[in-house]
Amino acid sequence: MDVAIIKYNAGNIYSVSYALKRLGVSPVITADPELLNKADKVIFPGVGEAQTTMDYLKEHKMDAVIKDLKQPVLGICLGMQLMCRHSEEGDAECLGIFDAEVKKFIPHRHEDKVPHMGWNTITQVKDGLFTAQLENKFVYFVHSYYVPVNEYTAATTNYIQPFSASLHKDNFYATQFHPEKSGSVGEVILRNFLKL
Amino acid sequence: MLAKRIVPCLDIKDGKTVKGINFVNFRDAGDPVELGAQYSREGADELVYLDITASHEGRKTFTELVKKVAANISIPFTVGGGINELKDVDRLLSAGADKVSVNSAALRNPSLIEEIAKNFGSQVCVVAIDANYEDGDWICYLNGGRIPTEKHLFQWAAEAENLGAGEILFTSMTHDGVKDGYANDALSTLADNLHIPVIASGGAGKMEHFRDTFARGKADAALAASVFHFGEIGIADLKLYLNKEGINVRI
Repeated sequence: MDVAIIKYNAGNIYSVSYALKRLGVSPVITADPELLNKADKVIFPGVGEAQTTMDYLKEHKMDAVIKDLKQPVLGICLGMQLMCRHSEEGDAECLGIFDAEVKKFIPHRHEDKVPHMGWNTITQVKDGLFTAQLENKFVYFVHSYYVPVNEYTAATTNYIQPFSASLHKDNFYATQFHPEKSGSVGEVILRNFLKL
Repeated sequence: MLAKRIVPCLDIKDGKTVKGINFVNFRDAGDPVELGAQYSREGADELVYLDITASHEGRKTFTELVKKVAANISIPFTVGGGINELKDVDRLLSAGADKVSVNSAALRNPSLIEEIAKNFGSQVCVVAIDANYEDGDWICYLNGGRIPTEKHLFQWAAEAENLGAGEILFTSMTHDGVKDGYANDALSTLADNLHIPVIASGGAGKMEHFRDTFARGKADAALAASVFHFGEIGIADLKLYLNKEGINVRI
């Protein structure tokens, strides 16, 4: 199977690559539209700042390439946020694959620390990336912005308020958490994506 | 609910795991990648790898080790030791580390914290503080606890947060190696003062100590080394115990 990881100015690309290799898949890391289009699966990872990253994608005309992908695509963390319509982080116009807004966490209590960092549970999981056995399992998050629960929400996590731990629409899948850093649960989720 | 984290710490010298008792004598405790993988399987939530070799050669060995850890282990890990400038951070993050911890270099040059946060994000920047309780005050130390500074724990932790630290890793030199529990009073004050997570370090000897540092010390994570390396406490058993004691942990 050909898996492509979108190469752009974001961190964490190699962690995803390592995780796939542990599952026996050797991904290609590329920004080449041709390689991305012909891959069986595409992963859009990301750690970084929304506005800077969107500027980079637009400048390199990668925004249109990502939106037009027809095979299963998995956005991770910032990748998921950039697949939404707009982000409060740098007031960024994003890809608009999911008609949803990315908002900044506002702490309610002193204990509500931002970023939301560490292991938290996923609930109300839906088919696609998830199976019923993954309900209430812990996955690893690091983020300061979140996508509210909406019609595309495929898993929910509660921190400060319930938010989208995962989104799904057509061939586009996304996780706010890092499956590549989520131990054996993350491996199951990545395997499920590779099976789509 | 966000889980409290259990964090085994591996001190690395010349590519091998060691553990200091009160920062001096060392005992050998195994292969770092194997040990990390085993902790991950047992349920560790994160790992910390600290490079305690200062030589240039040792640093290259450590970077190679970081690559191996990233390739083999599927939970987040922090690396520290010998990080003096931004290019050290870049080298270690590029090798696959999720976070870096800075200690002496940040005390000498606090703007390093700001630079790391600006270039890589606060979430990668752990500020490690070694402090000793002396005459009613917590004094911060440089160079693995060898040189006292003018800085006080609470003041320095708040300053680090303002500069962009993503987490504070507080090691009580007073409690480290003594195995009589964490510095829960100081930890609790840190938790009340700060808006970023605090990792408790120094003093773990029994399972109760972990419970107490989460419940009384209000720590977000608890770090320990020798109790895990020498098999005195199993991580899986510890998590079951904490769960039974009402602490939210990932099982």
